[in-house]
Amino acid sequence: MRYDIRLTIDYAFETPAAGARQILHVMPLPIAGRQRLVAAHLSVEPQPSMRRDRVDFFGNAVTELAFAEPHQDVVIALAARVEVSGSAAPVGPSPDLTWLMWALRAEADLGPRSPLHFLPASPHAPPVAAIAAWARALCEPGRPVSDLVEIIGAALHRTMRFDASATTVDTPAAEAFAARHGVCQDFTHIMIVALRSLGIPAGYVSGYLRTLPPPGRERLEGADAMHAWVSAWCGPDAGWVEYDPTNAVFAGTDHIVVAHGRDYADLAPVRGAMRTSGGQTSSQAVDVIPVG
Amino acid sequence: MPVSAQASANGRPSIVADYAALPGVPDELLAGDGSIRPVWSGLIERLDRLGPEERDRAFARGAQYLRDAGVFVRQYGEGKSARDWPLSPVPVIQPAAEWRVLAEGLAERADLLEAVVADLYGENRLVAQGHLPAGLVASNPEWLRPLVGIRPASGHFLHFLAFEIGRGPDGRWWVLGDRTQAPSGAGYALENRVASTRSFPGLYADSNIERLAGFFRAFRDGLDALRQDAGSRVGILTPGPMNETYFEHAYIARYLGMMLLEGDDLVVEDGRVMVRTVSGPKPISVLWRRLDAAWADPLELKASSHLGTPGFLGAVRAGGVSVINALGAGVLESRAFLAFLPKLSEVLHGRPLAIPNIATWWCGGAAERAHVRANAHAMLIGAANSTGLPLEPEAGDVLRGEMAAGGGDLGAWLEAQGRELVGQELVSLSTTPAWENGRLMPRPMRVRVFMARTREGWQLMPGGLARLAASGHDPSAVSVSSGGSVADVWVVSDAPVPGDSMLAQSGEAFVRASPGLLPSRAADNLFWLGRYVERAEGQIRLTRAYMSRLPETPAGGTPLMGALGSWLDERSLDMGQGVCPEIARTIAMAVNSASTVRDRFSVDAWASLADLERTVARLADTVVPGEDAASAMGVLLRKITGFSGLVHENMYRFSGWRFLTIGRALERALFMAELLATFGEWTGPHGGFELCVEVGDSVMTHRRRYSVTASRDTVVDLLALDPLNPRSVAFQVDEIREQVSLLPGANVNGQLSALSRAVLRIHADLSVLGPQDLDHAALTALSRSIGDLTHDLHAQYLD
Repeated sequence: MRYDIRLTIDYAFETPAAGARQILHVMPLPIAGRQRLVAAHLSVEPQPSMRRDRVDFFGNAVTELAFAEPHQDVVIALAARVEVSGSAAPVGPSPDLTWLMWALRAEADLGPRSPLHFLPASPHAPPVAAIAAWARALCEPGRPVSDLVEIIGAALHRTMRFDASATTVDTPAAEAFAARHGVCQDFTHIMIVALRSLGIPAGYVSGYLRTLPPPGRERLEGADAMHAWVSAWCGPDAGWVEYDPTNAVFAGTDHIVVAHGRDYADLAPVRGAMRTSGGQTSSQAVDVIPVG
Repeated sequence: MPVSAQASANGRPSIVADYAALPGVPDELLAGDGSIRPVWSGLIERLDRLGPEERDRAFARGAQYLRDAGVFVRQYGEGKSARDWPLSPVPVIQPAAEWRVLAEGLAERADLLEAVVADLYGENRLVAQGHLPAGLVASNPEWLRPLVGIRPASGHFLHFLAFEIGRGPDGRWWVLGDRTQAPSGAGYALENRVASTRSFPGLYADSNIERLAGFFRAFRDGLDALRQDAGSRVGILTPGPMNETYFEHAYIARYLGMMLLEGDDLVVEDGRVMVRTVSGPKPISVLWRRLDAAWADPLELKASSHLGTPGFLGAVRAGGVSVINALGAGVLESRAFLAFLPKLSEVLHGRPLAIPNIATWWCGGAAERAHVRANAHAMLIGAANSTGLPLEPEAGDVLRGEMAAGGGDLGAWLEAQGRELVGQELVSLSTTPAWENGRLMPRPMRVRVFMARTREGWQLMPGGLARLAASGHDPSAVSVSSGGSVADVWVVSDAPVPGDSMLAQSGEAFVRASPGLLPSRAADNLFWLGRYVERAEGQIRLTRAYMSRLPETPAGGTPLMGALGSWLDERSLDMGQGVCPEIARTIAMAVNSASTVRDRFSVDAWASLADLERTVARLADTVVPGEDAASAMGVLLRKITGFSGLVHENMYRFSGWRFLTIGRALERALFMAELLATFGEWTGPHGGFELCVEVGDSVMTHRRRYSVTASRDTVVDLLALDPLNPRSVAFQVDEIREQVSLLPGANVNGQLSALSRAVLRIHADLSVLGPQDLDHAALTALSRSIGDLTHDLHAQYLD
């Protein structure tokens, strides 16, 4: 599947902001055997005084921007063509929780994709007793880990109501879970907390979603902005699988990966800091159109 | 108790005749046979020779110094504030020979720590080879992933370390824990030293006690050598005045002559860190940080941090700044490392640790878990990745195997959570004499020692910060954490020790360093300090004028008292109380401003401001309106002018002083213009002219110059236009003009700044006016344009 992706992020500040800096995670990630970046262009208006592209700890493409002059408006626009040829559904056998624990103890790697980074608490995915209890109740002993990932993700989809206005980027997972509503970010964080509580390494994936479904299929939630779903480690053989709890599917050819991290804090599309007194507003528009 | 220096039955001076070491642990003062260790004999003889009164006076001199210097510990939590520094006046004394052995062993440990941290942020071979559990590193909150792969610009991760050490039952020193993030305490050790020399001046000079200044000088020289170019500077990065050890940051900055900076003072440009100063951005290439790494950059680390600098990691990545210690070095503070360092020493250095650390078992292994379980009664069991102080129990820790109620079974807990737990042996510590209730008592002790990377390698400070337990009941290391006191540590050499200080050594070439840069934030605080102090003075003078008239005021009041009352009321000054709360508030604001720039003040100036705040609080409880309040205001007035005097007599005439002076002059001019606009009018209440002259502290001058009763013209002339009267508006505007013209950027190639132009305009207006021109409207307009100067000043220097 080939897609043309267009992303526009527009930031407006109440008072002109000087010395603003931003870190962007918006560029689709090349993944061998699954996703190829054919071409991409990232433009920023006004012209930043500094722009630097690099790779972060988790192997994601990062763009750093700095604006020395005061400005009131920033427009970040990405145009990219991506070829998606694989999915992140489980292939191969995965162990049960006990075997997974032993496999984790044998890990001595601290590289970017080591599952060990994805088990401890992280800022947006701290332990939550209510989520852990909920996950434990769903857990059938002896089931392969990849089954548990699907069981928990699907149960979360049934339990939670998608509501774009109920939560913000700062809503804690515990709060969204208690109210049983939220957006893809909340679904994702809750599922990460649930999986980690069982001892399954789980992380946050950000990316894009095909805007209009193929004929005869329903439109997926979360296609109007950048999307988020969960990656889970299912042992050394099955490796990482990705599940989208907002839509109750494993990530397939409709999902385009941008970045991996422990939670939202590691890969927010735009992370910024500036010295300004006034507030700010931002809007985001995404189009993912199949071509050829 | 006998006072004279008689030997007692056991042959010891009477002051230690009944001092007895605790069973089972060594004592610093007494050797195993009960004799006094030789290094202590001078101090003990001195203490013995002094009578009780002289002794108390000696101890009081040290305590007085600490109070005057404002040494305090800030305590976090509701309703808690700064508390006095709990110094035990008797130092801990160690022989230099023993200290040398300690220094060698700890230098080896420092090298080991450097190798481990370099590996954790580099190739991670220790994990790959199985010498460190990967999961433990991955879950260490101080292992900062954005810093993985970055080599420090200085070439080293570690430059300044602290070790918590204690002497075990075998008489050897043991390391209880390593402080690698941003160790505090060296400044307190310095202050303790000053206090102990005040207590024992002659003894200190004659006893071959090693000085501390050389250690700090070597460290500072080491930092200077890391600068990337001669024009850049070295600064201390502090989390700010709300931090518990801010006092120390300010003290060290003053002592070492370094800029004290907050994250907000810095900006990152082109991969370099710049300080925002009143002269524009200036490069800084070495930062000794007292800020925990997670807070250093809201862009890449803790997003909620307001203490850091956006883009700071970018500058670190670009090699534009050396951070002391490197961001991420705090990873080594985790308790769990103590379990692995003995082995790592064998692996990396090929020999065991020269100075052992307390026995620690990571409960991830079955054998270790079994050992911890079997010996839990003699252990502290807790979070493996805790970075709290060593052997200080935290919430969730299990001390001596006693699970909290509802905590379940110890064995089950260890089995379930073992990989996240360590057990640490509760080592017993040696005791040292503490002065309690008029006698020396043995108290368990641990010492924080400091080690700096200098151009000649690691150097151990010949001294330290000793912490003493509150009682002698429990010799285990945990007892030292709660309550108790601190003490100076003297290292006594066999040979005479040259005197030393941070002042230039004779023989060294004399270089007049250019005055340091003034960060915009510091300038802002100095400006407002000047304003608040002057505002408080105005409030005190007005209150005095009101209160002194109160007893003679008839029941129905007078027009003047009515007008004054409502004028005061508009300024929130409540005359229903002897000392109105607004005065206390203004002084609190002044103290608050001053507290953020403590590194720029003399100790005396700070002490006098603190004294003023205390006096206001004390008077507020007792003073009643009327004569009582009027005389209380006199007391406050004398104190506040004491502070102003110290600042203006003693403060170096650099930009900082100018901002303070501008703030003060601006507030005084504003106050007088407003006062005259209301009370300097023919239409004003009867007695208004006299009030202006009195509040303007110009009664004598007025009498001498005009020798008539106060009229509108004489009052306005003296208080608004007379350029020789320091209370007049014209005098203060002159002062502002003078100081503004000396600020950086006031005049660039003949082009005046907006601020300079605004001040000149006011000055010109005032010089052509006569008393009759300055009516209510003109005075109101004048006060407005003086007030507007604040905006110009902010726009140019402080934003």
